[in-house]
Amino acid sequence: MSVKLARADRRAAWMFMAPMLVAMLVVAVWPLARTFYFSFTDAYLDDPTNYSLIGFENYLEVIGDRTWWIAVRNTLLFTVVSVAIETVLGLGIALLINQAIPGRGLVRAAILVPWAIPVVVATKMWEWMLNDQFGVLNQVLISMGLIDHGIAWTANGSLIMGVVIFIDVWMTTPFMVLLILAGLQMIPGEIMEAAEVDGIPAWKRFWSIVLPLLKPAIGVAVLFRVLDALRMFDLAYVLAASSEQVMTASIYARNRLISFQELGIGSAASTWVFLLVAFVAILIIGVLRLDRAAGEAP
Amino acid sequence: MASVELKSVSKSYGGNPVIRGVDLAIRDGEFIVFVGPSGCGKSTLLRLIAGLVPVTDGEISIGGEPVTDVPASKRGIAFVFQSYALYPHMTVARNIGFALETLGLGRDAVRNKVAEVAKLLKVDHLLARRPRELSGGQRQRVAIGRALVRKPEVFLFDEPLSNLDSDLRMEMRIEIARLHDDIGTTMIYVTHDQAEAMTLADRIVVLNHGVIEQVGSPQELYHTPKSRFVAGFVGSPRMNFSTVAATGIGADWLLSGPGGLRLESHVTGNRSTPATVGVRPEALSIVAPGSGRLDGVLERIEDLGHEHFAYVRLDADNSWVVRLPARPREDRDTKVGLSFRDEDLFLFDESGARLDHAASHERSAAALAQTSGGGIAA
Ligand SMILES: Nc1ncnc2c1ncn2[C@@H]1O[C@H](COP(=O)(O)OP(=O)(O)OP(=O)(O)O)[C@@H](O)[C@H]1O
Ligand SMILES: [Mg+2]
Repeated sequence: MSVKLARADRRAAWMFMAPMLVAMLVVAVWPLARTFYFSFTDAYLDDPTNYSLIGFENYLEVIGDRTWWIAVRNTLLFTVVSVAIETVLGLGIALLINQAIPGRGLVRAAILVPWAIPVVVATKMWEWMLNDQFGVLNQVLISMGLIDHGIAWTANGSLIMGVVIFIDVWMTTPFMVLLILAGLQMIPGEIMEAAEVDGIPAWKRFWSIVLPLLKPAIGVAVLFRVLDALRMFDLAYVLAASSEQVMTASIYARNRLISFQELGIGSAASTWVFLLVAFVAILIIGVLRLDRAAGEAP
Repeated sequence: MASVELKSVSKSYGGNPVIRGVDLAIRDGEFIVFVGPSGCGKSTLLRLIAGLVPVTDGEISIGGEPVTDVPASKRGIAFVFQSYALYPHMTVARNIGFALETLGLGRDAVRNKVAEVAKLLKVDHLLARRPRELSGGQRQRVAIGRALVRKPEVFLFDEPLSNLDSDLRMEMRIEIARLHDDIGTTMIYVTHDQAEAMTLADRIVVLNHGVIEQVGSPQELYHTPKSRFVAGFVGSPRMNFSTVAATGIGADWLLSGPGGLRLESHVTGNRSTPATVGVRPEALSIVAPGSGRLDGVLERIEDLGHEHFAYVRLDADNSWVVRLPARPREDRDTKVGLSFRDEDLFLFDESGARLDHAASHERSAAALAQTSGGGIAA
């Protein structure tokens, strides 16, 4: 390509990018920059115009706070357990509905329902179903004779994290199923037929062919879910806003910012959350070599 | 090595019949080629034999054992796909040796077998590569190697060479023929390519809408096709056909058709009325107008270097192709005559069945002499 043409191409590319860049600047970079800036100040939310720069003090304050570390621990626990369950479950369901079973189309549509329900609605719905006195789950367990009085699922400290994970799994497994199903359908049928004719047993077909070929799809799905889970706020907040058992890093930042009106410290906590998410994202992309795997798809 | 037998095998997809009552006995070590128009069920028939799709009706046996309900993995067959279907994430060596991994052979034994097969197929220098780093021809060799390494009873090929360019196709065709000579395993091969069918096959199976039209050696199909369909399908360019009006009594007919065609013919055997005549392009020659059997206008000449195709228009609906070794002297858009020998004339009735006529016996006799003289199993 001639130099002139290349330059024209580059100019066209910038022109197409410009509206996007402006939008990003307004909705993402500007608030981020503001947050970043305030994290170095002692500003309060009731009067954000009156502040002075105090360097890294807020950052140290956050990591010196025992509650912050509880929130981080909760976040990581929630992320690892829920994403692990969602991945295994998602893979299983995707493999199942990829089979030519009758009514497959209906199943595929039905499976998306939990994902289409807003988080707050789904959480409230489950909260009711899990209610210790009126909840349907306790009713069933009691009538089956497994327990004699209702379990306080959402009040009991040791159970509530389990409940949060359960609801998250219920809501977002469909997303996993969908992404993995798309990956499954990319695998040419003849490859599986070749393996079948060659007498490869089913478990080995899965382990040595399906799984490696699905790796990019699963990797992307896990990445999305992990980033989402690390920022998790709504589910835990709606279910148990005040419980330290399920306080996530995002809830911690929100509490400092809104409940305590500490704009500076809240911003610093938000920045820590951002750094945590970015660090994990880079880690996953590096470990799974997603950038390279993408070019390797069959 | 094994024979393959199909007994009234049928296959329908959602009530739509694709294979209809196919009976076929394939001998041990035979090279069988399936041909037929697109969508006639060649691939489906191959998949039925492989066990990749279940039969709707009928029975299949391999090596005398009924396998109708045996899964593909236990039928002792190998399948080479048109798309090669190599495992994209494995090296060439692992692609070839993968099926052996589960047989409990030692690692060294697997490596030795892979090396042996790779050498035979001339891919031994590519063992460390992935499929996407190979050319089409190399991929095809790896796919054949993967089939070969398991020493199957029967090889199934579904248009294995159709993604290759013509040079490579010819080279691979010769190698497949050599492979069959060397290992003598039963092979069933689907192709669209006339040359592959004619050169590789011991017997060709012509399929039409899920039914076998004819089974026979390439020479039988070429010289004594059972029907107009087979006559049109075997040979390239295809046979020229024209409908004719027949008047006559008993078995003696006067046929008249386009281009001033007038023929007297004595039909033997089957007593139905001739409706179509056919002459192969290579049996026609160009002569002066009026001195041949037909007249037409030379419309177009295709020069392929070693041969020439002349298109002669007989009337609005009929244009015949003539295959010539050298460029005709006549110019385009001039009137020419066409001549052919009596024994090169084919007659078909309304239903498409071929009719024997007085002269056609000479052709059959010549064909049979050629067949047995050529040492081809009939
Ligand atoms: N899985 C399927 N479901 C429904 N119909 C099918 C299926 N597979 C094949 N068919 C139909 O069966 C018929 C035969 O298909 P097949 O693939 O055997 O043809 P073919 O002779 O191999 O054609 P080609 O030369 O184009 O490969 C076609 O009409 C096709 O539409
Ligand atoms: Mg086919």
